[in-house]
Amino acid sequence: MSPVIEARDLGRDYEVGGGLFSEPGIVRAVAATSFAVDAGRTLAVVGESGCGKSTLARLVTMIEEPTSGSFAIDGVEVTPARWAELRTDVQIVFQDPYGSLNLRQRVGQILEEPLKINRPKLSRKERQERGREMMRLVGLRDEHYDRYPHMFSGGQRQRVAVARALMLEPKLLVLDEPVSALDLSIQSQILNLLNELQEKMDLAYLFISHDLSVVRHVADDILVMYLGRPVEFGPKDEVFDAPRHPYTKALISATPSANPEGRRERIKLTGEIPSPLAVPPGCPFAPRCWKAQQKCRDERPAMTGHPHPAACFFPEN
Amino acid sequence: MADASSQTGKSLAGVDRRPGRLKEFWSYFSENRGAVFGLYVFAAFLIVAVFAPLLAPYDPSTQFRGHTLQPPVWQAGGEWAFPLGTDAVGRDMLSRLIHGARFSFFVGIVVVVVAASGGIVVGLLAGFAPKWLDTLIMRLMDIILAFPSLLLALVLVAVLGPTLLNAMIAIALVLQPHYVRLTRASVLAERSKDYVVASRVAGAGRARLMFITVLPNCLAPIIVQAALSFSTAILDAAALGFLGMGAQPPTPEWGTMLADAREFVLRAWWVVTFPGLAILITVLAINLMGDGLRDALDPKLKRS
Repeated sequence: MSPVIEARDLGRDYEVGGGLFSEPGIVRAVAATSFAVDAGRTLAVVGESGCGKSTLARLVTMIEEPTSGSFAIDGVEVTPARWAELRTDVQIVFQDPYGSLNLRQRVGQILEEPLKINRPKLSRKERQERGREMMRLVGLRDEHYDRYPHMFSGGQRQRVAVARALMLEPKLLVLDEPVSALDLSIQSQILNLLNELQEKMDLAYLFISHDLSVVRHVADDILVMYLGRPVEFGPKDEVFDAPRHPYTKALISATPSANPEGRRERIKLTGEIPSPLAVPPGCPFAPRCWKAQQKCRDERPAMTGHPHPAACFFPEN
Repeated sequence: MADASSQTGKSLAGVDRRPGRLKEFWSYFSENRGAVFGLYVFAAFLIVAVFAPLLAPYDPSTQFRGHTLQPPVWQAGGEWAFPLGTDAVGRDMLSRLIHGARFSFFVGIVVVVVAASGGIVVGLLAGFAPKWLDTLIMRLMDIILAFPSLLLALVLVAVLGPTLLNAMIAIALVLQPHYVRLTRASVLAERSKDYVVASRVAGAGRARLMFITVLPNCLAPIIVQAALSFSTAILDAAALGFLGMGAQPPTPEWGTMLADAREFVLRAWWVVTFPGLAILITVLAINLMGDGLRDALDPKLKRS
């Protein structure tokens, strides 16, 4: 069985600046990213802001065309010509539940819209039935159907957003930091809901987050990104217990721990992320890495090694 | 009065059918006394315009040859048969003013509808178009805006021929760029929001995105602009009429009435004063109402 999504060397460049007389600069928002997600599994994409997580989401949801590489959904190669038919297989939930719902539409209209567009044969009654069913599934009450988004709390809105994304019965759900705008107690509700739905509908999740404690809770596999490139890709437990890339190690060491007695060695990174306009020729992490040597600055390491691949010449474990 | 409030109610309900919303709108709107006063005057004018043939004592073009330039009733020589006096050919001023309200409203509504619908469509197109088309549209609008509006309208009427209809077309064309710019600005702000992206991911086509997803979220400033340009349209039509480029005599249009009465300014003040006052009061009332509308609809001015 082919994975729900398989990406090979996916990349997206942006041209920035570039007036009448100056050459436009090229930003590699995402480069050479490969991964695969099976049905019922969750791949978490982690990394700090600006590392290309959200651009990856935009590529996978077919909002933007990749400038290099390719990806396949359920074994079908994705090209812009096929976007329209493949769209229904991939849906997205956004970070901000306040901006992701149209304030002029009732919840019912919001839920029915995807069906109206993609299943024109359904009668109005059938559409409504499906909408109400989906509302029950995400834990909203029946009377919420005729309300407007501004009447809901953040957590409820996020439930509406999840319901909308599931209306077309997608195979892959892209979750772009779905809980980072919510209160801690609401976060766990939404995460549990997502877990439940995944089991019920055999969904594949692409879970984008910068919050490692959330990732530890939901992920099966983890893809760590730095400056638009993957630096480590492996099963959750391996990555958390034995990170191979120094960046992953630093990232994990920065997660707050619930145990005040536990002694942790916090790795403090020095320096800034290099500008994405001028990525160093070698390992992009080299300027901030405590193990960097001349080789790191000259050559770019490939994703290799055991037990899971990492892009480092001198891996930790 | 009831007519007008239900009319504004309808236009708002079209944007948003939430009952609490209308109530909230009214509570903000009624805070502004001037706006409420403007609304009442506007409503009164609307009633006068609608029921003009019933309210007016005479036909506006009937000439009472024995009563030329008769002063209003409170002045020596005035009589109750002609409360506001008569003009140079003996037509009743009151009847003419009442029928003039009709023309002014007709001009206002037609101009606003034409300019707003055209402007909204072009503005939406510009907001969603590729950059070159957007630039082309906006520069074109800038060129129109660069002309003094009345002058441009005057030129257009001179080309098309001086009738009330052509004057309305010209004024609509001159007012259009304001709507285009307003719509485009709102569209650009809304377009990058997540709900639009979500709609796209769900497979919404461009037309659906433009008119169903984005447009309803851009309407508040456009409604305000429509209310304010209603008065501009009336004023411009009167100005064109005064210059002989709008409605032609014997049409009882207020601007045209002013132009006809110019030579009697010193002998019979009422023939000039009353049409002028009518224009002044209408425009003032609509502007007051528009200001209140803006205060009530602009989320930035709202206290939560």
